[in-house]
Amino acid sequence: MIGAVSIGVAGGMLAGLVGVGGGVLFVPGLVVFLGLAQIDAGATSLVAVVLVGAVGGWRQRSYGNLRLRDGVALALFSPVGVVAGVLVAHAVGERALELSFAGVQLVMAAQLVRRIASDDRPSEASSG
Amino acid sequence: MTDHSRCGAPGVDDRAALLPPQLLRLAVIATAAGAFSALFGVGGGTLIVPLLVLWMGYGEREATGTSLAAIVGIAAVGAVAHGLYGNVHLLEGLLIGVPAVGGVIAGTALQQRVPERAVSAVFAVLLVASAVVLVL
Repeated sequence: MIGAVSIGVAGGMLAGLVGVGGGVLFVPGLVVFLGLAQIDAGATSLVAVVLVGAVGGWRQRSYGNLRLRDGVALALFSPVGVVAGVLVAHAVGERALELSFAGVQLVMAAQLVRRIASDDRPSEASSG
Repeated sequence: MTDHSRCGAPGVDDRAALLPPQLLRLAVIATAAGAFSALFGVGGGTLIVPLLVLWMGYGEREATGTSLAAIVGIAAVGAVAHGLYGNVHLLEGLLIGVPAVGGVIAGTALQQRVPERAVSAVFAVLLVASAVVLVL
């Protein structure tokens, strides 16, 4: 219970800082602390991701970091991919899902490390 | 190229002309992120943020904010689709999601003020650690 709550807070902070949904921490949290199966953890994590995205997006908007039109377009275009993802999640085994999820985590860790290494990238170079 | 208005093969050409490449790029990003999201139970920001930066000329922070907004819709669609299979545990989702809301408010505030190095390092370690736990 305490573990689940703290992984929630940690995932939320990661989301606010990096701009992801936090699912990469919610899923293992649900598996380890609440005993869900991997596929159930993935499905359940999405509920938390919706909350985090809503609050995070709203906060970012107040900082002027949100292009709403593009965000809405991304959401509207997503269902085909989502359905494909659900079907694949059911087609592959539990263990395969666990291993590939661990792979995703390692890739994200590498992204974070790269971000640390290239501290000074031209982040304001956008207009259009 | 002046005679582009011939109507020999309607549909494909016309649609390609009407569809701004930007919108097409968004559709590709959304499809990839949607599949990734539903498969792994994440929002898809891991894909969306870098693609917005590299492909659409977004700044890092703009990509972050826009990605978070997109994730709301993508994850909602995924939760409904998974829900139809009976895999969503709503109570457990809220048990993690509600504290996460506090975390995201702290995180976005920090992002505006703190150089992210130390925090990023902590999360990198956390991710590797939980990957190891999952595999074992």
